[in-house]
Formats: sequence, structure tokens, C-alpha cells
Amino acid sequence: MEGQYSEKVMEHFRNPRNVGEIPDASGVGNVGNPVCGDIMRLYIKVDEKEVITDAKFKTFGCGAAIATSSMVTELVKGKTVREALKISNHAVADALGGLPKIKMHCSMLAEEALKSAINDYLAKKKKS
Amino acid sequence: MKKVYLDNNATTRMREEVLEAMMPYMTNVYGNASSVHAFGREARLAVDGARQKVADFLGASSKEEVVFTSGGTESDNLAIKGALRALKAKSGHIITSDVEHHAVLNVFKFLEREGFEVTYLGVDKDGAVRPDDLKTVMRKETIFVSLMWANNETGAISRISELSKIAKSGGAIFHTDAVQAAGKLPFAVRDFGIDLLSISAHKINGPKGVGALYIRKGTKIAPQMLGGHHEMGKRAGTENVAGIVGFGRAAELAGSELAAESKKLVDLRDHLYDGISSRIDHTRLNGHSSDRLPNTLNISFKYLEGESIVLNLDMEGVAVSTGSACTSGTLEPSHVLTAMGVEPVDAQGSIRFSLGRDTTKEDIDYVLDVLPPIIKRLRDMSPLYEKGK
Repeated sequence: MEGQYSEKVMEHFRNPRNVGEIPDASGVGNVGNPVCGDIMRLYIKVDEKEVITDAKFKTFGCGAAIATSSMVTELVKGKTVREALKISNHAVADALGGLPKIKMHCSMLAEEALKSAINDYLAKKKKS
Repeated sequence: MKKVYLDNNATTRMREEVLEAMMPYMTNVYGNASSVHAFGREARLAVDGARQKVADFLGASSKEEVVFTSGGTESDNLAIKGALRALKAKSGHIITSDVEHHAVLNVFKFLEREGFEVTYLGVDKDGAVRPDDLKTVMRKETIFVSLMWANNETGAISRISELSKIAKSGGAIFHTDAVQAAGKLPFAVRDFGIDLLSISAHKINGPKGVGALYIRKGTKIAPQMLGGHHEMGKRAGTENVAGIVGFGRAAELAGSELAAESKKLVDLRDHLYDGISSRIDHTRLNGHSSDRLPNTLNISFKYLEGESIVLNLDMEGVAVSTGSACTSGTLEPSHVLTAMGVEPVDAQGSIRFSLGRDTTKEDIDYVLDVLPPIIKRLRDMSPLYEKGK
């Protein structure tokens, strides 16, 4: 293993927050592929004021992938959709006390999963 | 917390007897083995004694066929580059396999960039090189063949005697990386016609930083480390006397205990496999069901990524390793497993358990207790698992 995980990463890996699914999610984001070793599925629930009231995830991946999934669900809760779109991969990594260099792609995946879930929500809203 | 070390293919614990043998050479016997005075002669005697022990362990014809190095990686480099350099070859056809250790694979890739033509042999579904494949790719201009004896990730064993015969009868020099085979499989290298064979001390409960290259009498090697006349002119540098003495002792012990150890390891390893199979669904054994190293078990836990399992086991005090991409620093899962035809997604979830002489039945039972809840918890988190349920 190249580089050590921070205490915060390990804490989120040991006790990931918001694992699971939201059956009536407002938006779902699916990113990654098994060949690269990471798949993230992110569910968000958005209220009428465009505030993200709940977020859950399911992830296939390494310690960093699970910790970043956990952290991104924590970061988006209570934020408006517009605010959530501004959450970058660096913000997720920083909130975890940093990631080993070779694991930074996991934080990219978290950002992409969030964007994908929000885009799904926006597309659904447009249709209805 | 209980600690269970099941990563013996990475390295092993040095034995007390080995440390004991080394101790005098760290302090009291400190002469340079090349010096003519009494201090030097005492060190020389120790180095030559160890050389004889390693030669006996390998079944070499004489101790002059054993050259000490800094480890398996250096032995591989010296064998391949040294033999080609001695031939003054700057190009030509050379052969290796897809499942070699990087200490061999990256030397071949380097040589390929330097102008050699390289054939990389595939393996069968159990991870062994097929002798017929070697026969097919041998040409009259093939000058060198390097094929590993036993694989570090899966424990797959290739038929080295046959492979060596094919390479030799085609006029090529034959090298094998026997770092994992040594101490685990019984053999006498003189019976196999092998020209060059690499081993490492720390894989057989010896010290780190010492290895050896067996060079069959008559095989020409150009030194890769230039300097003094050490190691019969094949590897310059003041001998690591204490390390070499430790290596000799470790080889002596490993050789005398091999048969009994192998039997014990097979029993424990199969107990682990049976336990996992009966407690956990959706697993895949990577490698042959019986014909592999006695201590090695490589299993894929489907729908999971290996590093997350390694970290969880680590929290329970259990040390194992994985062939997942996330640990290797690349995005590709284990080159060994993919060469065997294991799907990349299954390769990502592979865990290697490698047992050692300290492993007990209690250790295995402990792993069988802590592993199933870890797999369940991670699968409940995995978006891939729903399909498999």
C-alpha cells in the first residue's frame, strides 16, 4: 500500500455514514467501473426548496472509495442543489484530512457521483 | 488483540536459531572476508560454510555454483542481464511469461526497449506455463528463457524440469525464479539441467537483504556490480557476512524440515479453504485445487474490492494481501490473475493467504471467525452484490 490513510479516512472507513439506498430518491448517480476497482452509487433526496435532505450510498471499492463516499453524503446534507454542485473532489479529500496521492482518483469519483445524482434529479424535474 | 500473520509469501519471520547463528558475526567476528589475516579468515570460513549449506539446500553440485547477492531481485537481474551480457548479445529472441514477478518482468521490458525481441508466454487457467507453449515459441535464435518455478500470488507450480529441457535442447540458457519454490517444494537443482536459479533468504525464515544466484558450472555470467573480486568475480562488494551466515542456517533448517512442514501447511491451508467455502458464498479459488504451493491460498470474494477486505482484516489483527488494483498503485488488477483468465472484477476481490511455519490451527480458526462478518458487511455496502443475491 503506497501512503498511509489519515485517521479521519480510517474512521469513515470503519464507520461509514449513510450506507444504503433511498427507494424514492430524487436523483441517483452511478459512476465508475469494476475493471478500475471502483463503483459508486449515490442517492439524494431533495425537498421543494431544492435542499438535499438525505443522501445514501453504495460503493464497491477500496478504503478511500468507501471513506470518500461516506464523506460526500455528509457534506451534501442540508445544502441546496446549487451549493452541492460546488463541492469539489478536493473539498471531499480535505474534509477527510487528505488522501494518499494514488487515491485521489477516489475523491474524483465522489465528486462525479454527486454531479451525476444532481443531474439525474434535474433531468427528472425537467420532465415532470 | 490476537495477531495472525498470513502474508508469508511477502516475507517471513526470522527464526531465533538464525539470529543466534548470526549474532557473533555482527560484533566479534567482524573481519572482511577478503582479508588474509585471522580476522578475515574467520569471516571467510563462515561465508564458505554458508555457501555449502545453501548449495546443499538447492542440491547444487558444488558450493562454487552459489553466488550471494542482496536478494531475489538482484539475483534475477544478475541472471538475466549478466547472462546476456556475457554472450555480448545486444539483440535476439528471449522468452519469459506473463505471470513473472516484477523483478523478472521489468528486466524483460527493459531489454525489449533495448532491442531484444521478447515473447511473453501465457498460462493455463491454473496459472502454470504449458510446456507445449514453450516448444511452439522456441526458435533457433532464442538465446534465453526465464520462467518462474512457483508463483507468489497463486502458488501455481510450473513443470520446470520439462520447461528447462525444452529451453536447453533449443540451445537457450534457462533461468528460473525459485524465490517462492525454495523451501516449499523438494528439488535438487542439479537434476533439472537448470542454468540459473534465484532464491531469497527472507522467504525461508532468514534475514532480509540476502539472496543467492545458483550458476551451474560452465554458465557464463558478466557481473552487474563492478568492483573487487568478491563472489568469484561475479558480484563485487564486501560480503554481508552476518546475513550470509543467517541465510545458510535458514537454508539448513528449511531443507531438513521441508517434508514435515509441507504436510502441516497443506492441512492448515485446506482447513482454511474448507472453512471459507462452507461459511461464505460467491467465492472463487484462483489456482489449481491441489497442485500448488503447500502454503498458498488465493481466493476471490465476488462483488468486493480486495483492499477493503485487507484493511478490515488488519483491524482484526490479521495480515493478508490482495491483487486488487487499488493496492498496486495502478488501475489494473493483478497481472497474474488476469493472465489466468480471471475476470478483472473478480481479480479486484482477490485475497492471498500465505501461511508459514508459525501458523497454527488456532490462527486459522480465528480468521474463520472474523472473516464472514467482514465479507457480509462489505457486500451489504456493494452495489454489485444485489445481482448475486
